[in-house]
Amino acid sequence: MTEKAGPPTRNISSFLLVMILTILVLAVAALYIGVQTYGNNPKDSAAISLMLIGFIGLALTAYMLLQAKRKPLRVAFEIPQVITTILCQKCGFKNIRDFQRGDYIFKETEPCPKCNEKMMIASIYREVKEKEK
Amino acid sequence: MRMIPQVSALFPGGDALTVIFQLIFYALFVAFMFYGQRIQMYIMIREVEGSLARLKFIRDEGRKLAIETIKEIGKPQVDPTERVDQFLEYITIAPESMDPAGVVWKLEHLLDVQDVRFKDDVKLMAPEADETQRNNLENVLVWAVDLNIIYKIIRHFYLLGKKTLSLYVIMQVQMVLPLIMREAEAFASAIKACTMGQPMGDGAGALVAAKLMHGHKTRKIAKDIVAATVPLEGRIAHVLKSEGPGGNVGKPGDGITQIIKETKGKIATIVMIDAAQKLEGEKPGDVAEGVGAAIGGPGIDQFKIEESVLKYKIPVNAVIIKEDIGDAVSPMRKEIFDAADTAIQRIKRLILERTKEGDAVIIAGIGNTIGIGQ
Repeated sequence: MTEKAGPPTRNISSFLLVMILTILVLAVAALYIGVQTYGNNPKDSAAISLMLIGFIGLALTAYMLLQAKRKPLRVAFEIPQVITTILCQKCGFKNIRDFQRGDYIFKETEPCPKCNEKMMIASIYREVKEKEK
Repeated sequence: MRMIPQVSALFPGGDALTVIFQLIFYALFVAFMFYGQRIQMYIMIREVEGSLARLKFIRDEGRKLAIETIKEIGKPQVDPTERVDQFLEYITIAPESMDPAGVVWKLEHLLDVQDVRFKDDVKLMAPEADETQRNNLENVLVWAVDLNIIYKIIRHFYLLGKKTLSLYVIMQVQMVLPLIMREAEAFASAIKACTMGQPMGDGAGALVAAKLMHGHKTRKIAKDIVAATVPLEGRIAHVLKSEGPGGNVGKPGDGITQIIKETKGKIATIVMIDAAQKLEGEKPGDVAEGVGAAIGGPGIDQFKIEESVLKYKIPVNAVIIKEDIGDAVSPMRKEIFDAADTAIQRIKRLILERTKEGDAVIIAGIGNTIGIGQ
């Protein structure tokens, strides 16, 4: 437990790097041969296949690089917004504010600005937006 | 070797370049044939490695947050870091159950000792904290211990897998990791909620009881359990919950047993309300009814309740509020808060249908009462 905490990062392993480079070299070569074949004989269907293989290889390399590039992982400990509702039991006056340390449900709080009766915390909750699902 | 036309077209002319590429393809084919499993294992190890880094981050943040909160609230004279680190390595040895008779009482004693030990440790770490804050800090430390255990177990299997190069050791960790990560993230939310003293989803049962007993005189009937006698739909309802607003679950089993004893078993029905794990696809805050003791934990309280109700043949009804693990230990969602009113309506209907006017009933709100008074 004495290790220092730092934001986690993803390192590209040498194994993955070799894989990416191999695919890149093969893709470039396939593209090169494809273009050459097309130049010699535009009707040769192998030229189109080779170029297709080359493009797919390039796309795969780009995807693998994007996935493996150093990026900080999503940070945990997101602080959700928690709402405290303070209610006057007598006149129904409502005060909605952000949660503060020390708040709890049924806690008596400051007097009501309308009728001067003591107000009470009626609810504490967080609202989850649809996109979070 | 015969190849499909598209592949053979990769090497037109039979020049040096063609031969090199042909060799590369052969090499790749052979490599995948013999080392396919090992490559798959390296990919899995990498996945586990990523999750382990994330787990370490979550665990370290939890520890940091616990230390900061202890310093802020407890105002200790000495730096609590060392003591917190010792606390995080805390172990509990389960009682021997070769002869299972009496194991419940052994476990109860063990958990009582643990509770006293935790409370004493927190008191030493945070001398200036009041009782509510101490209970919350205890919760924070317990979640931090859980996160530390999760991290260390995953790290153990990861290192073991790397050391033995066994696909099956790595595979079993990799397969359960998504579920473990969900739990770890939920525990991280729990730590945050506990440091602030915010009500958690697990407190849904306690909230229902608090709403029913609010405004009535309460008394302490068992360890960390308060009860109030409330007139409800012409019946006498003994409503009980753990004592808030500090983080507490109390001993509801003792509370229910005590009321049954006091009333000499003259209880028409017991209604227990608790938060329960929802299945994927179900909505958080859905309310369901059934029979049986709705209570989680190590099983001691459930055992006690079942023993007591069996003696007097008291029917036990359950009302559960559904939520997932993440919702249970993070600040209470609005859907769950609103479900408390639905649960109250269900309880009222239940006692109207199942009991007669003037009967005595027990309504027990189960769960962590952090951020919920009474």
